[in-house]
Amino acid sequence: MNIFVFVKRVPDTESKIRIDRENNTIIEEELNFILSPYDEYAVEEALRVRETVGGKVTVFSIGPDEAKVVLKKALAMGADEAVLIKDDSPEAYDGLRIAKIISRLIKDKYPGYDLLLFGKQSVGADNAQVPAMVAEILGLPQVNVVTKLDIDDNKGTAIREIEGAAEKVSFPLPAVISAQKGLNEPRYETLKGIMMAKRKEIPLISLQDLGLTEEELLPRLELIKMDSPPAREAGKVIEEEPEDAAKKLVEFLHKEAKVI
Amino acid sequence: MLLVYIEVREGKIKKASLETLSEGKRLADEMNMETAAVFVGSEVDGLASEAFNFGAGKVYILENSLLSQYSPSGYTEALFSLIEEIKPEILFMAATAMGKDLAPRLAAKLDVSIASDCTQVKVNKGELEVVRPIFAGKALASFRVKSSPVMATLRPNLFPLAEKAEVTGETIKKEADVGDDKANDRVVEVIRMEGNELDISEAEIIISGGRGMKGPENFDMLRELSSILPNAAVGASRSAVDSEWIDHQNQVGQTGKTVSPDLYMAFGISGAIQHLAGMTSSKFIVAVNKDPDAPIFKVADFGVIGDLFKVIPPLKEELKKVVEE
Repeated sequence: MNIFVFVKRVPDTESKIRIDRENNTIIEEELNFILSPYDEYAVEEALRVRETVGGKVTVFSIGPDEAKVVLKKALAMGADEAVLIKDDSPEAYDGLRIAKIISRLIKDKYPGYDLLLFGKQSVGADNAQVPAMVAEILGLPQVNVVTKLDIDDNKGTAIREIEGAAEKVSFPLPAVISAQKGLNEPRYETLKGIMMAKRKEIPLISLQDLGLTEEELLPRLELIKMDSPPAREAGKVIEEEPEDAAKKLVEFLHKEAKVI
Repeated sequence: MLLVYIEVREGKIKKASLETLSEGKRLADEMNMETAAVFVGSEVDGLASEAFNFGAGKVYILENSLLSQYSPSGYTEALFSLIEEIKPEILFMAATAMGKDLAPRLAAKLDVSIASDCTQVKVNKGELEVVRPIFAGKALASFRVKSSPVMATLRPNLFPLAEKAEVTGETIKKEADVGDDKANDRVVEVIRMEGNELDISEAEIIISGGRGMKGPENFDMLRELSSILPNAAVGASRSAVDSEWIDHQNQVGQTGKTVSPDLYMAFGISGAIQHLAGMTSSKFIVAVNKDPDAPIFKVADFGVIGDLFKVIPPLKEELKKVVEE
C-alpha cells in the first residue's frame, strides 16, 4: 500500500497570535512552530495502516525550509520518506492554491498511490478545504473528519463525525481521508527514529519543477485586512456563600443577559 | 442570482441552512439580485415551501435515488451541473459538517476559491466582503473572493433567521445526472450518539467543564444543568477530553470546536489561550472557578470564585425555579 500524508508547519496552539497590520501577516518572531495537530493524527494513521497491511508512507509538506522540522518529526515517528515542496510565499489562506500544488505534484511526480491522508484542517488557516479539493481534482472518493478508519485490500470503511452523530462511509481505493481528533493516539518519536530522521535526506521540489504558472498560483482570496478579535472586558466577579452566589448568578442570567 | 444550498437531514431542513438563506436574501436584496435555493436528494420536494418562507424566490430540486444518502462526489456532480446551467453570481452554504465537506469539493470542480466558515458577510461597492476567524478566532481576516461564482460558507448559529413570510414561488425539479461511479463515497449508515443529540456547534447554551470537574462521573452534574435549559449542550476543555472524561465531540477550543452560543458557562475551566480562542465570541460568558487568578475571569461577564461542587446544587435549584416560571 502506497500511502501519502500531507502535513503543515503551524504555530503551537498555546501561542498568542500577534498581527503585523502593515503586511497583513501574523508576527512569526517568538512563535513556536509544530506539526499541525490534526496532521499528526494523519501521520499516525498512515503508520498504523502500514503496520496492518504493509506498504510505504511518504510525507509531504508545502512551505519554507523551516517546514523540514515537521517532516523530520514525521520521519522520527516512522514515516519512510519525506519531501518538501518549497514555497516561500506568505500564507494566502486559499485552499485551492494548495490543492492545485498537491494535485499537480501527485499527477506529475508521484502517480502511484492508494491512500492520501490529511489532517481535517490546518490549525491556523482553519479552512478544512484542501482534502476535498484534492479529491475532486484527482477524481477520488473522500471521507473527511474521520474518527475511525479500516483499510482492506482495495477498499475501505470510515466513520466521520457530524453534528451529534457519525456517518459510516464505504469507498474504493485510492481515496482521500482527513483525520479528526479521536482517530488515534499519536506515538512519540523514539530515539532511534530521531537519529534516523536526522540522517534522512529530504528532497526539495520547487513550484517551478511542477510547471505551475504564476497565474495558477495567484491566490483568489484577496486578503484585505487582519485584526485581533475585539477584546472582552472582564465583568463582575463575586466571592460569596454558594447559595448566594448561585442566586446572583441566575439573577444575572435572567435579568441582565436575558438568556433564560 | 444568489444561490443557497439547503441541507436536509432526516427529512428536515438544517436550521443553519435557513440562517444562511436569510443572510443571503438580505445581501441579494442589497445587490438587486434574485435569491434561489437548491435541494439535493430524493423525496425533498415537500420542503420547498420552507425555503420560500425564508427568502428564496425560486427553488431547485435535484433528485436522484442514488443521492438519498449524502455522497460528497455525488452531490458535487449534481450541484455542478445546475450551477453550469443557471450561473449564479454567488453561492452560499452553511458551514455545517456537510457544508464543510461538500463546499470545497464543489469549489474545486468549479475552479473557484472559497471563503470558509465566515462570521460576517457584507456588500462593499458592489463586491462581497467576508470576515472569517483564523487561528480558531485568535485573529480575524477579511477577504474579497476574486473568482466567480463567489463561494462562501457561513458559520451556523450566528446569522439571525429572517422573519418567516408565507409566500410561494417557482419550483424547478430536475433529475440529477449522477452515475454510480460518481457517488462512490456514499454514507451507508448514520450512527446516533447517545446523549449527544444537540451538537455544541448548534447549541444556544453551552455548559462546559474542565480539569476542575475532577472526573468523568461529575460531568453528569453538567448534563443535569443542560437538561433544565432550552437548547443546551455540554462542552469541555481539552484537558477534560484528553483525560478521557468526555468525548472529543464536546471539546471547545483550538483543537476542538469554535462556538458562539448565547451563553457559555465554564465550570472548573482555567481558560488556556487555546480554549479562550474557541469561545470568546459567545454572547455571554459565565465562569465558576476556585482560582481567583484563573484567566477565564478576564473574559467572563459574570464570575463566581468558589467550589463548583458547592455552587452547582443551589444553582440547579435556582435555574429550575426561573425556567419553570
